Amino acid sequence: MAAVAAAVSAHKDELTELDAAIGDADHGANLQRGFTAVTVALGAEFEPETVGQLLTKVGMTLISSVGGASGPLYGSAFRAVGKQLATPEADADQLAIALRAGLDSVRALGAAAAGDKTMVDALMPAVQAFDDAVASGLGLADAARAAADAAEAGARATVPLQARKGRASYLGERSIGHQDPGATSTALIFAALAEVTAGA
Amino acid sequence: MKKFLNSADSFVADSLAGLAAAHPALRVKADGPDGPFVARRAPTRPGKVALVSGGGSGHDPLHAGFVGLGMLDAACPGEVFTSPVPGQILAAAQAVDGGAGVVFVVKNYTGDVLNFQMAAELAAEDAGIAVETVLVDDDVAVRDSTWTAGRRGTGATVFVEKLAGALAERGASLAEVADLGRRVNARSRSFAVALTACTTPANGKPGFQLPEDEMEVGVGIHGEPGRSRAKLASAAGVAALALDAILAEPVFGGGDGDAAGGAHAGESAASGDSAGVEVMALVSGLGATPLSELYLLFGEASRILAERGVSIVRSLVGNYVTSLDMAGASFTLCRADDELLELWDAPVNTPGLRWGV
Repeated sequence: MAAVAAAVSAHKDELTELDAAIGDADHGANLQRGFTAVTVALGAEFEPETVGQLLTKVGMTLISSVGGASGPLYGSAFRAVGKQLATPEADADQLAIALRAGLDSVRALGAAAAGDKTMVDALMPAVQAFDDAVASGLGLADAARAAADAAEAGARATVPLQARKGRASYLGERSIGHQDPGATSTALIFAALAEVTAGA
Repeated sequence: MKKFLNSADSFVADSLAGLAAAHPALRVKADGPDGPFVARRAPTRPGKVALVSGGGSGHDPLHAGFVGLGMLDAACPGEVFTSPVPGQILAAAQAVDGGAGVVFVVKNYTGDVLNFQMAAELAAEDAGIAVETVLVDDDVAVRDSTWTAGRRGTGATVFVEKLAGALAERGASLAEVADLGRRVNARSRSFAVALTACTTPANGKPGFQLPEDEMEVGVGIHGEPGRSRAKLASAAGVAALALDAILAEPVFGGGDGDAAGGAHAGESAASGDSAGVEVMALVSGLGATPLSELYLLFGEASRILAERGVSIVRSLVGNYVTSLDMAGASFTLCRADDELLELWDAPVNTPGLRWGV
């Protein structure tokens, strides 16, 4: 989570620039506020017994600090992932199932599909790539790297799309040509996961 | 950026502290972990339905400035242009529930909808508070289709909060207040034009650049670009552009009942003709437009409406639903009837709207 917080902080202005083009220029500031709160919430006094407890706490903290659409969406995603991981550590197989639950939760709440120019466009290929990697026998680090690459590619692929969900959808055709901020922040989170698992 | 600030981070809290200092009838509860809410200092009368609204800050006087007799019982300001969070909304609902339930007035923006939805679930399940939600989606610049998140909620929020608030003061039930709110929304449509972008304190620079001779057509209230850009028109041209879009809606007798109205068509007049329609009209500045220009626009609007046979029976001109320091104006019409007019004329005493007291 520290890596995610650092990534969000480092890319805050970039996220805000992307959001200024097709939204209301607060995605970077909102996520930084959320992950700063997460860093505090996971401070010295919090000792989770399972991976799930930690991620559920992350989810609740995001919901109660981010606001906007990204608060509930990211919050629900972390909570859904956390609910699947009631063990002190998680292996690649467990995480594959949990990530799928996270994706389902985001899709249910946001009612967004692939190609709507939302975070789903990064999250869906990332989860699929993670699944595929695990199915072909790769370990956690390689699966996380594959997911991060797929998320990044998915985020870039939102550039030519016309937004059909969320605030950018109100711009209609004018949303074309801009990378989606939510897909971009999703790619950042998977990049942080890949970075951390590579060193594990 | 040049603004009166202590810091961008404390902008909302500092502003609310000033609101409370200026209006002793309000209290700001700001020390909770989940963010502040603004409520009437006097407790909700037992049996009175409470109205709670909220949304991103930066739309003043919406919503905190509409807390008081005859309108809202509490408002939950989020960060600038960012919806409040569920815990904050739940805390406000618990603070003002008078036992008769709470109506949430929610503008149709994805973040607002999701956070109020989560708060409504928490209120019902954990706090045992009956909640009804009125979704405001009046902005005709965004057409309904299966491909968008629907119309935005903007200026009609003032009508919904005023009229439903008046009905709640009379002791109406939760269902009656919510139904009235939905009826007002179905009878209201808005359209806005901007001359400049606004600058959020956190971002520090304008959201978009607009050449001197151009305007953003069909803007919302979050500093986002509009649906299109056009050469700057005269005030008469701007008013005509906005009113043409609004009067084309079935509720004002316009249009041909095609897909444009969709599920939100509301209460239709005779198709294709607005003559004889009575409306309450709001011309709201977006934050940086002088009252003189707003009155000028209202004059053009009243002339155009008269030509179409539409009577303005109540009017409101000023800054009511704003977008920080955006130069621009929004036009909102609400189709009147006797019940709505009586509720409109009922006493209201809030920082942003006050009469009859």
